[in-house]
Amino acid sequence: MKLLTLNFLTCARKACKATNAAFPLHPKDAELEIVEVELSPLFVRNILPRVEWEALRTLCQDLGLPQLPATAPEPGELFTPNPSDGVEGEGIEEVGEEGEPTQTLKDLHHVLLETTIREGKLVCGSCGHEYAVKEGIANFLLPSHLV
Amino acid sequence: MLPTPSTSHVSFDNIYEPAEDSFLLLDTLSSAPETAFLHSRFPPSAPPPLVLEVGTGSGVVLAFVASNASSILGRRDILALGTDINSFACRASSTTIRTAIADPRTSKPGHFLNVINADLTSLIRPGSVDVLIFNPPYVPTPDLPDLVTHEKYNALPLGTKSTTFEQDSHLLALSYAGGADGMEITNKLLAQLPEILHPARGVAYILLCAQNKPNDVKEYIVSWGKSWAVETVGFSGKKAGWEKLQILRIWRIAPSG
Repeated sequence: MKLLTLNFLTCARKACKATNAAFPLHPKDAELEIVEVELSPLFVRNILPRVEWEALRTLCQDLGLPQLPATAPEPGELFTPNPSDGVEGEGIEEVGEEGEPTQTLKDLHHVLLETTIREGKLVCGSCGHEYAVKEGIANFLLPSHLV
Repeated sequence: MLPTPSTSHVSFDNIYEPAEDSFLLLDTLSSAPETAFLHSRFPPSAPPPLVLEVGTGSGVVLAFVASNASSILGRRDILALGTDINSFACRASSTTIRTAIADPRTSKPGHFLNVINADLTSLIRPGSVDVLIFNPPYVPTPDLPDLVTHEKYNALPLGTKSTTFEQDSHLLALSYAGGADGMEITNKLLAQLPEILHPARGVAYILLCAQNKPNDVKEYIVSWGKSWAVETVGFSGKKAGWEKLQILRIWRIAPSG
């Protein structure tokens, strides 16, 4: 399960959905796997405003990943204005006038899209319920007494 | 014609096989009126849309949308997310979507997140879904599958490599059995729409059959008030003036144009 996916998920219990503590879910005993994804610089730039930065920082902290800065990078930190020196192939078309992607952008790509939870649990900060992740598939089905 | 994703790896013993309803969704989502609607609703200036398919089954529909994102939504930077109550379907549809995106015939596909084993949209953060797609269990049945047995049937029996006949029957029933009027599951999903659809951009495509009483469903949406709109945007199986299957587009409209 990709870390970007967790940006859109909360506890499946009705009583938790309205609480702030149910987001983000906290990974526990997580076994990470890096799955390579082709870099799409414009995608990273465009998705950034949709990413709950505080929650992403919490996730990285929970997972013991390098700490993210306190605030999300500004669009100007994502590209170096050097269009003629752009990346190869399709990248040139994709990057256009934006210039070359910076290490900040590449790091974000790595965290959001390439870092996946293969095994482990996701814990609700409100009710404490643990959702299992097995072979990359998260199970959010609740036992009938919790629905 | 946009390429249809391959589902040749999917076991149809316990996963719904793409059929007329699935193909009606593909045809409708890629039709000129719907692509025009989606292109104008998600212009390049809007943030990347999150497309959620509830009940991915084989994954053919979400794979189609993800791999043809540029044609259907007019942009590549879309996020495809799926849920299914059947864990076998989650695995199979993940493979279908990944394969379709990597297909060399696919130019400029969108981004695939994950397919999650869940009940409808229970786990989705409120207000986050831009496009929701649902091909429900719509067949009228006396009962719904017993969910108490689901945990047992949702994984391979311990120490074995294949599913049992009872297990397959249970899992397949989840893909088609809709209870009274075939609407019991769809009604649950409809009730979740106001919470999970994005407050400005949210739109849902929901497939219904004639026994679901589509006109009653449309009246129900109309009763939600002026900030909602509903329209039939696809139908098939037209016989003697009645449509066997149809697709409703349910969307939020801005208060003043």
